[in-house]
Amino acid sequence: MANLSIKEGVAKAFFMVAAGVSILAVALICVFLFANGVPAIAQIGLPDFLFGTTWRPGNDVYGILPMIVGSVYVTAGAMIVGVPTGILCAIFLSRFASGRVARVLKPGVELLAGIPSVVYGFFGLVIIVPFIRATAPVGNGLSLLAAAIILGIMILPTIITVAQSSLDAVPRKYYEGALALGADHERATFRVLVPAAASGIVAAVVLGVGRAIGETMAVIMIAGNQPVIPESIFSGVRTMTANIVLEMGYAADLHRGALIATGVVLFVFILLITMLLNVIKRRGEVK
Amino acid sequence: MTEALVEKKASAQEVRVDGAIAYRPHVEVRHVNVGDSPVADAPAKMGVHGLDLYYKDFHALKNIELDFPQNQVTALIGPSGCGKSTLLKSLNRMNDLVEGCRIEGEITLDGKNAYRDVDINSLRRRVGMVFQQPNPFPMSVYDNIAFGPRTHGIKRREDLDQIVEQSLRDAAIWDELKDRLKKNALGLSGGQQQRLCIARALAVRPEVLLMDEATSALDPISTGKIEQLVGELKSKYTVIMVTHNMLQALRVSDKTAFFLLGEMVEAGSTDDIFTSPHDKRTEDYVSGRFG
Repeated sequence: MANLSIKEGVAKAFFMVAAGVSILAVALICVFLFANGVPAIAQIGLPDFLFGTTWRPGNDVYGILPMIVGSVYVTAGAMIVGVPTGILCAIFLSRFASGRVARVLKPGVELLAGIPSVVYGFFGLVIIVPFIRATAPVGNGLSLLAAAIILGIMILPTIITVAQSSLDAVPRKYYEGALALGADHERATFRVLVPAAASGIVAAVVLGVGRAIGETMAVIMIAGNQPVIPESIFSGVRTMTANIVLEMGYAADLHRGALIATGVVLFVFILLITMLLNVIKRRGEVK
Repeated sequence: MTEALVEKKASAQEVRVDGAIAYRPHVEVRHVNVGDSPVADAPAKMGVHGLDLYYKDFHALKNIELDFPQNQVTALIGPSGCGKSTLLKSLNRMNDLVEGCRIEGEITLDGKNAYRDVDINSLRRRVGMVFQQPNPFPMSVYDNIAFGPRTHGIKRREDLDQIVEQSLRDAAIWDELKDRLKKNALGLSGGQQQRLCIARALAVRPEVLLMDEATSALDPISTGKIEQLVGELKSKYTVIMVTHNMLQALRVSDKTAFFLLGEMVEAGSTDDIFTSPHDKRTEDYVSGRFG
């Protein structure tokens, strides 16, 4: 008996350490970000930092509003491209695709998730950007639109996988109940199953937002990266993530602090999204 | 053994049996016994003729021959796996959802072939179904009831309001739910959910109502309410029910068919089946000697 309890104690300690590592990582990141970022924000002044429209590190002017707006625009654009496509694809995979079609499509979607973001960026640079350059009235193709399209594709696997699993989890009895009332397959799917899976589908969208707002490499390659608020979807745009990556290599002193502070703002965005996700999940459970 | 049941049945005319309100039909003409079709006083609303049903290689129903008289309650009884639920699900083509299910023979609705001459969605509208597990949609009580009518093209708010109220009244649950129409139906009790499902089925104005062990997941009080309801519904609808509860068949049905291993052993007026069955197996089953 004593032997057993020692064994259990050791196992418990082991698992606790394993679980502790991830908590510790989050805590350390948090401490690092705020310890380095907050003094910089204090020195620049919070309003000037958040709402300043000029980013000119050479003159020690650090306003990140263009980057905040850029991140929001790019993410919103990615949603417009990715959300309808992803949700409809999930509905198709869950309720319409025959076994053979699903067997081809599903691994395809999974493969989409596995492609490195630099490859997406490269694809955008070689295909999407030249296309926009050729068809758009203004600009050189490196644009908000290009970033939105590529990001829209990149978030597809997240949205499809999460939305499909929530659709698959809808009890069969709802479907049968709808059919027994004389509804056809389409009506049963869109009026009963999709509403029943609504909380999971919203969660899928929110996860997609989180993925889009944090994406860096692909965006840098195709977005143009001018630190100004874009005038149209054909203008270049710089996101918060791009801002950090582009300048971190040579930044020092207050410039460096301002970049870390950009990370703090990004962190707060992600935190809000995660909280939103938890609220949605809890709502879904209550129902 | 059969005597015991008959005795119970006699006392069931006014009093509660097993906590459930017993219902006895007031039409007594059906006792007239004509040859092999004991229930000859009502025309057949639905009919099953020479029906064979297979799940892949498994022969689940064998040469079934059965009529469902209009405005009467027909009970399908038999031990688990005997095919009674399968037969019920063939009547509104829910078996089409089962892969490998194949049907030979004929099922008729008002004399027309239900599989060939009636559109599948209109068949399911005309032949409504209540499932074993209450399955209200995860939406408001109102939207649950309105789903069927909306499916069949009724859009005007006043029409829907009227149908929702009438259906809930028909299912004897209006008084309990009239202040909760906007509440989520999943918040109701099991018995209320099942009566809501009955109301939902009635909202599309079906002609036949199929009930697949509709009370087996409910407590005796709710069961009693639904049994009483079935008795009232048959003035407007033809009801076909599958039940494991023989007392229930005895209380609510006019006609009973007994199934065993995919065969229909015997069908006839409920009184005859329970008091003077022709087949030894029927007698053994209804008297509780097996099953």
